[in-house]
Amino acid sequence: MNTIGAERLVVTARRSLQLSKRQISQKLAFGIFWIAGIITVGIMLLVIGYVMLQGLRMVNWEFLTTAPRGGLSGEGGMSTTIVATLYLVGVTLAIAAPLGIGSAVFFVEYAGEADDRSGIVKRLVGIARFGVETLAGVPSIVFGLFGYALFVTTLRFGFSLLSAGLAGACLILPVVIRTTEEALKVVPRSYREGSLALGATRWQTIWNVVLPAALPGIITGIVLSVGRVVSETAVFYVTLGGSHHMPTSIMSSGRSMALHVYYLAMETRAFDKAMGTAAVLIVTIVLINGAINFLSCRLCPKE
Amino acid sequence: MQMRYVIDRSVKGVLLLTALVSLLVLMLIGMFILREGLPAFRQIGLNRMFTSSVWRPTIGEFGMLGMVAGSIWATLGAIVLGVPLAVGCALLLAEVAPPSVHRVLRPSIELLAGIPSVVYGLYGMVVLVPLVRRIQVPGNAGFGVLSASVILAIMILPTVTSIAEDAIRAVPRSYREGSLALGATHWQTITGVILPSARSGIVAGIILGVGRALGETMAMIMVIGNSIIVPRPISNNPLTVVLSQTRTLTGNIALEISYATGLHESALFATGVILFVMIMLVNSIARWMLQGKRGT
Repeated sequence: MNTIGAERLVVTARRSLQLSKRQISQKLAFGIFWIAGIITVGIMLLVIGYVMLQGLRMVNWEFLTTAPRGGLSGEGGMSTTIVATLYLVGVTLAIAAPLGIGSAVFFVEYAGEADDRSGIVKRLVGIARFGVETLAGVPSIVFGLFGYALFVTTLRFGFSLLSAGLAGACLILPVVIRTTEEALKVVPRSYREGSLALGATRWQTIWNVVLPAALPGIITGIVLSVGRVVSETAVFYVTLGGSHHMPTSIMSSGRSMALHVYYLAMETRAFDKAMGTAAVLIVTIVLINGAINFLSCRLCPKE
Repeated sequence: MQMRYVIDRSVKGVLLLTALVSLLVLMLIGMFILREGLPAFRQIGLNRMFTSSVWRPTIGEFGMLGMVAGSIWATLGAIVLGVPLAVGCALLLAEVAPPSVHRVLRPSIELLAGIPSVVYGLYGMVVLVPLVRRIQVPGNAGFGVLSASVILAIMILPTVTSIAEDAIRAVPRSYREGSLALGATHWQTITGVILPSARSGIVAGIILGVGRALGETMAMIMVIGNSIIVPRPISNNPLTVVLSQTRTLTGNIALEISYATGLHESALFATGVILFVMIMLVNSIARWMLQGKRGT
């Protein structure tokens, strides 16, 4: 009797010891996860905080509105780089947005068609999808090389906004296609059916019903790709030429804000001005992220 | 009446054409860099490219070993530093943290993903490199594998975290409940059930991180020092290999393409081809793993 009781006691004691061991290891592990989270937030604060604190001291109206003088000490402001960035975004979107939205409309609205007897369209869609997915993974310097070989040298566009815009358009095409596809997919089937039932053609339905309903999502995608263009450097480093002068036409060479940061830091070692430009760049990105969140929040209730 | 059907038909054709543009671009990219790189492959040969570390275009030496090693070292370092952090964050977000933490951690990770690579490079040059320079080893310039790895680790963190988190969240609820019902603690459930079934997704995230790290260009130019050598210890201590300056494949292309001509230019395109193939391979493996996961 007694020994059995004692054994039981030992077993329960051992069990509770085991349990507490298990719980200690759980506490430890979760503690480590918390530390990982804290480190991540810390890194974000450190990087952004440092760039903002150091950079915003440089930024004032004059810095934003004077042209860089291009000298070896990096004098001057960043006005031409803001203009060049805007041009670059414009050219890139003008090329990539129609193509990307067109592709996405085809993938979502036409790809699964029933009247495709020969199966050719289906096969084409498969290959085209593969193209989009693969393109999304191509490293940006390869886009740069391609842009340099095709647009800068073969087609003789030189280092110009046109060359850079074309190369940049190739880079953001997959982004536009993917986000537009997502936006089109959330448009309820009933919208399309309603329109088709009223006798509208496929295209009339897409143009008058589906695209307007998907517009906020499509714009989100466009804004996202604006962010991509603004922060991209490698592609433009080998296609845009890096002139610090004000771009006058689509054939002008230029320097985007991100490129300006690179030139200031690497070629003139003007770190203070580079920080100033980097701060403006980060503010731009934060505004873009904010716009995306705002737009996707407007989308939420519709889903 | 007839008109709108004509429009409908022609629009469909036009949209099909736009859908094929991506494929066309991909083919053009492949064609152009291959065409430009072909002379280098013919005249230099893969063998000499990968066995020599002497890159001196002026005397016709095009050994890429230094750059290959540089890319691999920086990427490895980024994985070693970044993956534990990313997986920790993913587990925190998917398993442990209350929603209030999500509201802080998620935007932080989004911001990290949005910071342009030049800004990371600049931060590396201004803050990190001087910090690394403080390590008392003769010849330590601060620029090198360590600085590059730290910067790359931060850059791949968002990619790996978000894919790992998705993979962890995709583990069916019933697995978790089964394990908890058997008396396992939450942590035992994570190690015994959740991580094994989310493994392929997490690995895919890491592989995509590798792809991202291999492809990074500007930030690497800014912090890795750009000497064309295979990283080697700079003192008697073998650990100082991480302080060695080196150059990445991507950086080499960006630094030299604007003035390269002839065989030199072709060799840079050949570098691009190698990079392209490497990253395509890495990405297809990751995609294949993610799809396999979805299939089951």
